[in-house]
Amino acid sequence: MSLQTAEAQKGRIDVADFSLSYETLDGAVPAVSEAAIYVNPGEFVSIVGPSGCGKSTLLNAVAGFLKPTRGSVTVDGEDVDRPSADRGMVFQQYSLFPWMTVRQNVEFGLKMKGMDRSRRESAARTLLGLAGLLSFENQYPDRLSGGMKQRVGIVRALATGPKVLLLDEPFGALDAQTRVIMQQILTNMWQRLKISVLFVTHDIDEAIFLSDRVYCMTARPGTIKAEIAIPLERPRQQAMMMSSEFLALRRGLMSLIREESLKAMGGEVNDIALQGLDIDMHGQSLASLI
Amino acid sequence: MERAVLKLAEPPMSGGEEPVVPAPQAATAAAEASPPMRWFLTRAVRWFALHRQQLRTLLIGAISLALFLLSWHLLTKYRVSFHVRFVNVPSPAQVFESFTRAVDDVKFMQHVLLSCRRILFGFIMAAVVAIPLGLVMGRFRLIRDIVFPVSEVLRPIPAIAWVPMSIMLWPSNEESIVFITFLGSFFPILLNTLHGMAAVDPVLVRASQCLGAREISIFKDVYFPASLPSIFTGLTVGMGVAWVSLIAAEMISGQFGIGYFTWEAYSLVQYADIALGMICIGVLGLGSSAAIRGIGRLVMPWGRA
Repeated sequence: MSLQTAEAQKGRIDVADFSLSYETLDGAVPAVSEAAIYVNPGEFVSIVGPSGCGKSTLLNAVAGFLKPTRGSVTVDGEDVDRPSADRGMVFQQYSLFPWMTVRQNVEFGLKMKGMDRSRRESAARTLLGLAGLLSFENQYPDRLSGGMKQRVGIVRALATGPKVLLLDEPFGALDAQTRVIMQQILTNMWQRLKISVLFVTHDIDEAIFLSDRVYCMTARPGTIKAEIAIPLERPRQQAMMMSSEFLALRRGLMSLIREESLKAMGGEVNDIALQGLDIDMHGQSLASLI
Repeated sequence: MERAVLKLAEPPMSGGEEPVVPAPQAATAAAEASPPMRWFLTRAVRWFALHRQQLRTLLIGAISLALFLLSWHLLTKYRVSFHVRFVNVPSPAQVFESFTRAVDDVKFMQHVLLSCRRILFGFIMAAVVAIPLGLVMGRFRLIRDIVFPVSEVLRPIPAIAWVPMSIMLWPSNEESIVFITFLGSFFPILLNTLHGMAAVDPVLVRASQCLGAREISIFKDVYFPASLPSIFTGLTVGMGVAWVSLIAAEMISGQFGIGYFTWEAYSLVQYADIALGMICIGVLGLGSSAAIRGIGRLVMPWGRA
């Protein structure tokens, strides 16, 4: 019992005073500046923001692919200095190994851990069974649909028993119906495994539906603009997306993001320009100009 | 409501009564209700319908080859001489006769086997050196920067241009011919391996790192299998160039081999043997390419074959 509680306490992510810039001929270009986020053990946290705001950069730093220019990234108090199986990751692009069958893909992390063949085979089969993919265990990935590939991707990332799961817009390439189902599957797995999740998306509905808390990032250079707790009860149903509580949260986040998206697009794009109100037509109608 | 459901369920069962039954269902129903002969016929008809395009291609191919043989026959029969002279060119029948003699001839078979052995040695050595070199060059920038300039300088030199140098370099004629064959296939294999390494999707490498893979397994389990399709392209191209180089080397400096046989036939005024040698080289080249494709399919079962 005490072991169980100890397990549940693992997976705390701390990102403090995080800045990351890329070196170019014109000097350092900041991608993220002074961001600070945390994820409690077992918590589901999303980062939303306009495209190019550096949310994926932040996630890649937690995964250990990028080193911060300033600040620190720690998981359970340990500095993150390289990728490891403690931090499972699901990518936006399909990242299954095409030369391995579904089961071999899931087994890969266990093989790296040095687990023997029969044990990792049965572990992979159990996990695939949970995800409803057992009948595809011997298929190669190019036979699977996009949704199934991402499901295998999630199962593969969870197979090594990571402390945290990092997801980088994992459902971005899926159609709307498949995406909703995938969100449900992810929630179910998260609740069963009591794992910490850091989820990056530009889809506000997705962030609210899935998360305990949502961070909203500003346009480049990205900083954390707001932190919003999502008090919706669990388990969450799709019908909740129509509730007034959900819609209120959505409106709030929407206006935050919209402001930043307009900024990110730069130039003359503002509400007036979007409606075409300030275009001087010199007293003529558009039809007569054309 | 119930009636409607019933009616929907009916058509496949009753077959003939309903005129709106879709064709495949009708065929299934007919096949199930008839003797094996009928079943076999429906299958055959469907097989033909599904493979129509391929059958057409096969048929046209066969006609095309027959026309080629026919024109060869006519050109040689009437000894056509219209700037291009077919006067001494052997006819298909003469070449076939020469072939029937050759299959019983131990010496001819020795020529063929020796050429195959040279290809095998030269090609396998090229693969054994070029594939690991390409993999290492693709993974480690420093090694690439050291080796690449040298390979780029040597690469444009055709293997045949190496013949005199090769004779000086190697103590025996046999070794120098194998070396020429080696050189011919070496560069296509190296370049394609390098290309394969460069084209490895970085997200696969990152995925493997997130699953706990370290340098050796990233190399072995990600870079190598991801490059395999390119490597096999290189092997196929390399095999083609290996034959070109081998035949040229045998014609220039050989005493045995199918290239030498073809050249010798010309010197000895045995014109039918020239064509026999050429056809033999073509068939061997075709066979070795097919063998590599077959091995490729075995090694890469995940690819769409």
